[in-house]
Amino acid sequence: MDFELSPEQALIKDSVDRFVADEYGAEQRLASTGGEPGFSRAHWVKFAELGWLGLLAAEDDGGFGGGAVETMIVMEAFGAGLVVEPFIPAVVVAGTLLAAAGGAASAALLADAIAGERIVALAYAEPRSGYDPVSVTTTARVDGGDFIVDGQKVAVPYGCAADTIIVSARTDGAVDSTAGITLLAVDSHAPGVERRDYVTCDERRASQVSFAGVRVPRSAMVGTLGDGFPLLAESLDRGSAGVCAEAVGIMDVLVRSTVDFLKTRVQFGRPIGTFQALQHRAVDMLIQLELGRAIATHAAAAIDDGDPSARSAATAAAKAFIADAGRFVTESAIQLHGAIGITEELPISQYVKRLTAIEHEFGDAGFSLGRYMSAMEQNEAAQGGPAFG
Amino acid sequence: MDFRLTSGDIAFRSEVRVFLAGALSPDVQAKARHAEPISQADRLEWFSKLNERGWMAPSWPEAYGGTGWTPIQRMIFDEECAEAWAPPGISPGVVMLGPVLIAHGSEEQRSYYLPRLLRSDDWWCQGYSEPGSGSDLASLQTRAVRDANGYLVNGQKIWITQADLANMMFCLVRTSDEPKKQEGISFLLIDMTSTGVTVRPIRTLNGEAEICEVFLDDVRIPAGNLVGREGEGWTYATQLLEHERTAVGSIGRSRAALARLRSIMAAPDGSVNKFLPDPVFAQRLARVEIRLRAARFLQLRAVSAASAGERPGRESSLLKIVGSELMQEIAHLTMTANGYAANEKQSPATNGYFDSRKLSIFSGSNEIQRSIVAKRILGL
Repeated sequence: MDFELSPEQALIKDSVDRFVADEYGAEQRLASTGGEPGFSRAHWVKFAELGWLGLLAAEDDGGFGGGAVETMIVMEAFGAGLVVEPFIPAVVVAGTLLAAAGGAASAALLADAIAGERIVALAYAEPRSGYDPVSVTTTARVDGGDFIVDGQKVAVPYGCAADTIIVSARTDGAVDSTAGITLLAVDSHAPGVERRDYVTCDERRASQVSFAGVRVPRSAMVGTLGDGFPLLAESLDRGSAGVCAEAVGIMDVLVRSTVDFLKTRVQFGRPIGTFQALQHRAVDMLIQLELGRAIATHAAAAIDDGDPSARSAATAAAKAFIADAGRFVTESAIQLHGAIGITEELPISQYVKRLTAIEHEFGDAGFSLGRYMSAMEQNEAAQGGPAFG
Repeated sequence: MDFRLTSGDIAFRSEVRVFLAGALSPDVQAKARHAEPISQADRLEWFSKLNERGWMAPSWPEAYGGTGWTPIQRMIFDEECAEAWAPPGISPGVVMLGPVLIAHGSEEQRSYYLPRLLRSDDWWCQGYSEPGSGSDLASLQTRAVRDANGYLVNGQKIWITQADLANMMFCLVRTSDEPKKQEGISFLLIDMTSTGVTVRPIRTLNGEAEICEVFLDDVRIPAGNLVGREGEGWTYATQLLEHERTAVGSIGRSRAALARLRSIMAAPDGSVNKFLPDPVFAQRLARVEIRLRAARFLQLRAVSAASAGERPGRESSLLKIVGSELMQEIAHLTMTANGYAANEKQSPATNGYFDSRKLSIFSGSNEIQRSIVAKRILGL
């Protein structure tokens, strides 16, 4: 049992912290989010040079060979620095898919992605799927040696910058069946692919993408035919744990900023932090932050342990908790700041917006709670009785 | 970072399991599992088994009979005891008085009391609160006046767990009036069989009389029963409260209580099965499980930091608040799972619920804890 960073982990943390401190002021971020594609290509190249784009890839594939704990370390620092580059969608989610899928085509895409020469995004959510990756109506029909893809995807992160979009499509089975889902790497400029890009509430980018008779070669399959769901589930779990860690970094900043404000804001002739009602609310923020940090670590540990059902339960638990904790910390930060809290005048406003967007990413509190409950039920059934780990 | 137990810790866990399998009687385990009252005889028998094994005082230094366990091993031990349904509850003397005697007691006090604590020769209670001094403990008024024959003690103590079973009480008394009320308080050991000591049990919501009021009228205490220096008792006692706090925040007990709840729900005969498909109940249960996962990792981090020799950080201060609220929620869920049966007088689940309310009040209410965290950790 050791919560200390290993020397390698400390190096990653140092380099990410240094990047955020040196190159990630509010002005730089605003310049990135104000133009297209909503982040800095120069930063992305730098990420590649520093080896961060291969954080999760095996060393044989030119990666760092890191796991969920390393992702957590990076994302906590990215959260605290409000880094907008699409690290979770491209590196954690799509990168996991490509690395786990195997095969020459996926390996080639992964190599490009690690080099920073190709941005890959996953398109799984649909207009009627909610947050559920099983609910897939997009179809991929076999036509000779190709697939023909038809359907609509929503909330594709940074679709505007993606060179390749990995699409979950149904090649078999009913709409809510885990079997029959196939993952296909689609060239985002292929005929029949259309995007509507939009800006998100936290100044990031996302797209609705429609596929009308898009012809995709069989070689573009990520993983095997009809068996995409386990890959999809793992990559979404990793993404989910990643945004949990990002949320921890954000909550940490919000708690510290709020406490600083309570110490300096004077009313009734004294700092408002001397009032008990406000003190106790600040302590409750701290409790949510520390429990959030603990459960984000729990999720990372469960992913690195490798058992899929334990991983699924732990990441769902973490996301369910963080969604509520993040909301509590957000709303308390606004409330304790008073009127200035509802403005864009202070840096906390940007943190508030990002944490609010995270509430929904990879499933909100309700969805994640349901996901946790069904994961536990399945574990119980598998173990032949009630259990709680 | 590595969150797995070391092979040494896994071997230790097996050793604990072997011990527990031999030391616990099925009868006592059943009482603990069903949240039925544990008799003092049951408890003393369990403590004698622990003492035989040399495991009675894990928190003490080895030189005085401690175990030399790492904080992680102590956590493993607590979790295994909870899981095996060892009798809940601690020896207040061992957990709370022992460390104070070791740190501040005289050589004479240590050589006399510490072995007796390990053997449970004495049963101790803690005399801190008074009718006018609850959260504002430092305002306490029980007075000890020094004369040629020792101390003459007068006053009243209240909310004392098991004072009716105890033959000894460690106690905070005022020995002088100082501008700062925390000064002038001394730490005194009182023989409960002394003339002038009267104990009145107080019936609590669960119908039991676990807590008492103690009246001290012209009680004569030898001067040798003063621990450390006169006027420094407050410092000793607050150190001691830290020990108590870690015990209260026991996450292992919550895990066991949740396992009990799940076993109630799985009972083939019970009407309680109908609560499983109740979505509202199921969601509350899931939320508690999730918070418990978080709390356990928070505890692991605190324990891991302590193993590395760091001072208890923010985690341990928060664990008392989080741990007590969790236990209370589980107690209410357990009562709820019993349906109408919960309304039967002396239903263990309902008694457990009533009993759980004390967790956010004693050893510093959760409001006091929040004020302490605001001051010490947030610097407000």
